Amino acid sequence: MGFKTLINSKKTLSLLAVFMLSGSKLLFAQAAAGAPAADAPGVNWTSVAYYLLLFFLACLGVVVLGRILKVYDLSLKMQGKKGFNWNNIMGTCCLIFLVVGMYGAFWSITEQGSMSLPEAASKHGVDIDNMFLVTTILTLIVFVITQILLFGFLFYYRGSDKRKGYFLPHNNTIEKLWTIIPAIVLTILVVFGFFTWQQVMDTTNVKGDINIDVTGHQFAWEIRYPGKDGVLGRINVQKSDALNILGVDFTDKNSFDDLKADTLVLPVNKSIRINIHAQDVIHSLYMPHFRVQLNAVPGLPTFFKFVPTITTAEMRVKTDNPKFEYLLYCNKICGDAHYNMQKVVRVVTAEEYQEWLSTQKPYLTDGLKKELKLADGKSAGTKASSNRLALNN
Amino acid sequence: MSTLAVHDHGHHEEGHEHHHKATFLNTYVFSQDHKFIAKQFLVTGIIMAFIAMTLSILFRIQLAYPDQAFPLLETLLGRFAPGGRLSPGFYMSLVTIHGTIMVFFVLTAGLSGTFANLLIPLQVGARDMASPFVNMLSYWFFLLASIIMLSSFFVEKGPASGGWTIYPPLSALPKAMGGSGEGMTLWLTSMVFFIASSLMGGINYVSTILNMRTKGMDLWKMPLTVWALFLTAICGILAFPVLVAGVVLLIFDRSMGTSFYLSDIVLNGQVQPYAGGSPILFQHLFWFLGHPEVYIVIMPAMGISSEIIAVNARKPIFGYHAMVYSLIGITVLSFIVWGHHMFVTGMNPFLGGVFMITTLIIAVPSAVKTFNWLATLWRGNIRFTPAMLFAIGMVSFFISGGLTGIFLGNAALDINLHDTYFVVAHFHLVMGSAAIFGMLAGVYHWFPKMYRRMMDERLGYLHFWLTFIGAYLVFFPMHFMGLDGVPRRYYAFTEFESMKRWLTVNVFITWAAIMAGVAQVAFIVNFVYSIFWGKKTVQNPWNANTLEWTAPIEHFHGNWEGEIPTVYRWPYDYSKPGHDEDFIPQNVPFSQTMSSNLPHDFEDNPAGLEEHTKWTDTQKANEPVK
Repeated sequence: MGFKTLINSKKTLSLLAVFMLSGSKLLFAQAAAGAPAADAPGVNWTSVAYYLLLFFLACLGVVVLGRILKVYDLSLKMQGKKGFNWNNIMGTCCLIFLVVGMYGAFWSITEQGSMSLPEAASKHGVDIDNMFLVTTILTLIVFVITQILLFGFLFYYRGSDKRKGYFLPHNNTIEKLWTIIPAIVLTILVVFGFFTWQQVMDTTNVKGDINIDVTGHQFAWEIRYPGKDGVLGRINVQKSDALNILGVDFTDKNSFDDLKADTLVLPVNKSIRINIHAQDVIHSLYMPHFRVQLNAVPGLPTFFKFVPTITTAEMRVKTDNPKFEYLLYCNKICGDAHYNMQKVVRVVTAEEYQEWLSTQKPYLTDGLKKELKLADGKSAGTKASSNRLALNN
Repeated sequence: MSTLAVHDHGHHEEGHEHHHKATFLNTYVFSQDHKFIAKQFLVTGIIMAFIAMTLSILFRIQLAYPDQAFPLLETLLGRFAPGGRLSPGFYMSLVTIHGTIMVFFVLTAGLSGTFANLLIPLQVGARDMASPFVNMLSYWFFLLASIIMLSSFFVEKGPASGGWTIYPPLSALPKAMGGSGEGMTLWLTSMVFFIASSLMGGINYVSTILNMRTKGMDLWKMPLTVWALFLTAICGILAFPVLVAGVVLLIFDRSMGTSFYLSDIVLNGQVQPYAGGSPILFQHLFWFLGHPEVYIVIMPAMGISSEIIAVNARKPIFGYHAMVYSLIGITVLSFIVWGHHMFVTGMNPFLGGVFMITTLIIAVPSAVKTFNWLATLWRGNIRFTPAMLFAIGMVSFFISGGLTGIFLGNAALDINLHDTYFVVAHFHLVMGSAAIFGMLAGVYHWFPKMYRRMMDERLGYLHFWLTFIGAYLVFFPMHFMGLDGVPRRYYAFTEFESMKRWLTVNVFITWAAIMAGVAQVAFIVNFVYSIFWGKKTVQNPWNANTLEWTAPIEHFHGNWEGEIPTVYRWPYDYSKPGHDEDFIPQNVPFSQTMSSNLPHDFEDNPAGLEEHTKWTDTQKANEPVK
């Protein structure tokens, strides 16, 4: 009986192999033939049919296997032996899953975990990374222990007619223990996390912070640097138009020397304060290398303060990637092109920064000046703005 | 009317015939019988789950092969996949509708709707729900909501596409993206009906549990499933109305020119006339529902798993009281943690700190539950039914996904992990996979109660292992994408040099997802086949203690012929020493089990305790005589 089933399954296997081979041959032939005529998109029904057939074959395989198992089971029972003991089979499967799964998790953590972000390139980022490490170690310990217990118990206490379960409805001591221990561990994490959070989100304004405005709109970021005065001009969204996208308020004299930039260039080891605006929908300013993220919310300007500590050049050496760039990208769904809303961020030395800054163009372009009827930067701004107001009404 | 009819039947046959004549329409369509409504919820839920799963496979294909054209997709989807490639807008729609359907239509209505309807009356010993009519309405509102939600695939610009959280202004400005037009209108309409359905169901569940328990069934004798469904319903009743408020204000903003959520907006270079609103307000309203919602999703799964694990480990659930108190703790805490979804929205950082504390506190009851499940398995006599395997899978996912919650609940760590694939991995494990596994465990376990036949075990095993392994293969690698700062809801990673190296992982995940998706065929075949041709069940196929297994196999409106059984004991007397069988159903009085009674059984029953002491004394007195 068992012999016959073996032949049976072998036949099916070889049939399957033949089918697979011929199928892939067919597909390759198709691909080769299809390559020159790639312009005409047509459904490749052969391959659709092939995959459907493959699926049905898999189903058939399952059915055949099921039947074979049933027949085998019945024949065992007819011979007076016990049939399949599914408790043993499933218990063993649990054990195998535990071993293979643990290895898989280990592999994934080492292989794919090593693809995660390089070391934090900002001062607060180091604290965040330390906390991440502590949390990872703690949770990994719990993960390994609990999964081993779970699947270990399943194997070890797999059912049998000879035993009975152990009647244990409760045990107050042990319950108290495993309420208090997680509570203590979590308290430590909370306290640690709370202070780090407070520190990162420190809102006190220090003199000498470099203020930079970053504004998100569908689907780009606008960057504005303060000029020599170090102060950014006010923004009035109502004044936004084609030339003055951000709606910079030119009644504010601080705005006259503001600079427009294409790249977010930051001096290393200086405190940077990024003022985050959004014009249309919510965006999120995300700079993962610096462990910086804050949403850009229309009508609610926010800011994030941080100190970059590693220049782009240094990071290129560290990551052994000559093309490495820090990036700023959108991390809150904002529309169809959400997936491509990025800016390059470059961290440079103080000298390089000053040099770069001096080459940037003012936000107040000639076109804008004309529109605002500003006579070569002379402060006739008040008059112009009253005109604009009239226009807006 | 119906309530009375159902209540008053002392003599069942007579009452049944008298009150409503069974026609095809009121038996199989507009049924008011909780068991049939449960089946309606289940079948609708399964269909919605398959639809949502198909959507996910579509967008997984896009992520794995961003540069490749599949002409078949154009044939199937038409303008949504021009040239055989999904359009970015439709990709967003797929993500949005996948999330919406899975969270609300499958794991809220499909899970709670099915098992609350089926189990509450049967397990507390009632003939039907408090209001069978409202219960029926609850299903029909749910079906209507489902149809409206799916119909959005047929409007010109496609379904809602702002993510399942539909944050304004994206969702409030029809011009901001294609899906924010008619698709969003349909989404909002659908949700209003859905919430109405959910409230009608929830109020029914709570009132049934509070008022219609059979004699002897005090709250501390209820099975954990009923406790979980009870607290879930309370959560839903308190949280869902807030979402209605949020949704109605959004409708005003969209169609009546109000500015509840909008302020200072320039769209496509046009200054918009909105002023004074706050997008953050919507997020507060949404997550005030949204966070309890994830517990609405997971608590029934926890209850179902607790029950199934106890039945199949042939052991009492460890720490029954702790299990109930932790559920209560989760329910209460779930209302004060919503801010952890908003750490980086620009909400006041001090608030972020507060929400971080409450969030990490909620991990304590969750940990207690996990340890209690493990303790229940310890020294059990574990019977591997498919239901048991799925319940175990639920525990495994809950551990794996729950632990990453400790990262995300920490505001400082959330800065870099927020909205990345780490979050996707986290919630798909802890609430997605875990809750689905809870639901499947319930289906396998109570299938005999619903359809009077058994499901095939071996197909169940195949289904379990393929799905279980598939889910881990899909979601485990995503953690590391998140750690590399790969954002979720990206149509393609081709625009970023640094993300291209994740393409191979994406291909792997997609194929794992396809495998897990195909594995569901094993379930659906088993399900449909067993309904019609499965092996006939016996009355109590799992040797379980709860009341539903004392009801006859045949279904009729009213559940029990004659009197409803009285309850004498808690539902977890499995493998009690001194008893010849390894289970003692709840309706067996202590007087019939003198040899296995423990003093602990008579805590609030002095008369019983006296009886018990007397009995043990005589036993002791008799011994030396022998």
